[in-house]
Amino acid sequence: MKILEVKNVTKRFGGLTAVNNVTFDLEEGEILGLIGPNGAGKTTLFNCINGVYKPTEGQIIFKGKDITGLPTYRSAHLGLSRTHQIVRPLNELTVLENAMVGACYGRENMNLGDARKTAMEMLEFVGLAEKSDVLAGALNVAQKKRLEMARALSAKPYLLLLDEVLAGLNTAEVTHMLDTIRKIREQGVTIIMIEHIMHAVMSLSDRLIVLNYGSLIAEGSPEEVSQNPEVIEAYLGDPDLAARLLEEEKA
Amino acid sequence: MKRIFKPGLLIPVAIIVVLAIWPLLSGNSASSREAMFTLIMSMALASSLNIILGYTGYVSFGHIVFFGIGGYAGFWAITELGWHILPAALLGGFMAALIAWLLGLAVLRLRGAYFALATIGILEAMKALVINLDFLGGPVGLEMHFSEYKRYGGPMESLWMVYWSMVFLAILVTVVSYYIKTSKFGLGLMAIREDEDAAEVMGVITPRAKTWAYVLSAVFPGIIGVLFFFKNGNIEPGDAFRLHFSIEWIVMIMLGGAGTVLGPVLGGGIYQWLRKTLLTSPIFKDYQLVVAGVMLLVIVLFVPTGIIGWLRARSAKLRRVFE
Repeated sequence: MKILEVKNVTKRFGGLTAVNNVTFDLEEGEILGLIGPNGAGKTTLFNCINGVYKPTEGQIIFKGKDITGLPTYRSAHLGLSRTHQIVRPLNELTVLENAMVGACYGRENMNLGDARKTAMEMLEFVGLAEKSDVLAGALNVAQKKRLEMARALSAKPYLLLLDEVLAGLNTAEVTHMLDTIRKIREQGVTIIMIEHIMHAVMSLSDRLIVLNYGSLIAEGSPEEVSQNPEVIEAYLGDPDLAARLLEEEKA
Repeated sequence: MKRIFKPGLLIPVAIIVVLAIWPLLSGNSASSREAMFTLIMSMALASSLNIILGYTGYVSFGHIVFFGIGGYAGFWAITELGWHILPAALLGGFMAALIAWLLGLAVLRLRGAYFALATIGILEAMKALVINLDFLGGPVGLEMHFSEYKRYGGPMESLWMVYWSMVFLAILVTVVSYYIKTSKFGLGLMAIREDEDAAEVMGVITPRAKTWAYVLSAVFPGIIGVLFFFKNGNIEPGDAFRLHFSIEWIVMIMLGGAGTVLGPVLGGGIYQWLRKTLLTSPIFKDYQLVVAGVMLLVIVLFVPTGIIGWLRARSAKLRRVFE
């Protein structure tokens, strides 16, 4: 079953087209990797999906319901959660309270008691349980990333948007986070992840889509995408360009 | 964590109760009653403002506008319509809440300094409006005939009635403040305070939550305004809409600890006690506001979380005692 359909979504900021006519589907239970060079429009696309931005054109269908332009809290209630690339902890609240906000106001609209229980489970799941009484502002970056994750999971989402949860983590932390993401998928949560760490995204994703200058330039399995010349060009520049320039120099 | 003994609520209520019965125990009951009235009124007003300022993070600079609106509505109902003080006080609260709701639709879209400035604009606009409304007495305001107090058994009895009503309101505000702070609604407000966009992404219906917080923070100043001006016997725009009183409420909150239940109660008490001491001291009597200004500066620079916030940050044990 399709959980998400993105149809011809375009987002313009004045003269800049940040996302250009992007269309893709997502099957339930899938992990979709969203990659592309810096400034390709990946986060903007996330913002269009969960309603932070209203797309200039196009439609977002979530579980058969048109959610285009709905406020973000509505999409949260429907079961769409996300983490932020630049972490946004609620600094003066404790780690537990942070996760409780997710549980209280997420899909299941829990009361405080249930929220406390769920939040604690999720903190244990991401490995932050012993920090539950600490103010969120006192965590380090890796812990804040895990808090973002616990907060999003406490909402019991159907679809989780992960925006660079691995960025800024060291190798051990990356391995830990990859395990966590795999476990989330085992619980039946569908995931779209934006990631720059290629080995991670290649090993986790069932399918990849590639954005460049706002347009979708490739889609397919990790193997297919990594062989795609357009993708290689987007990341590394034209592989034949140097050779051609040398030729011209000689001539 | 369901317990009958909730220190977070009991401590502030106990402080109010002890102060409230002080005039009965001291010899000079009339003068200490007046002092305590000011003290307890400040606690109630600061606690009300704390709902929008401390919990939600929206600095309402001109919050006294609701005190004035409520005061005018109630005073007008008493003098012109011959209402009893009780329905008049409720009318004052209702009008303040209604206007907060309407204004909130517009100004709560603003954030940070823009919101703060807008609330000052609202205050000044409301003052100018009232000065130009003839049925509210224009710039001279309204007066109440002395005989009005007969209805409540004479002036002395009226003063005591207003006093105990204020004590009741202060306790009520504290209870409301505590239950907001420890509720799911309060958690949503604090999420808005910390990061409004993140709160919205997590599902907090921010426009609705902010509007409720604003309305709740306006209703009690509206009621208190009616009591205050009824006790005064007259109301005029300069008293009802005085910006520097609003700013003093902010000082009280910052002193005690914004976003805590006990903070505004403690801050309101300490501030008014200090003010009274300074006003009656021959050296400082003219510099009372200067001291308040310096105090605000020192707090913001060195103890931005206030007394209670500072204590709460010390240990988890204190966090369980002070809300």
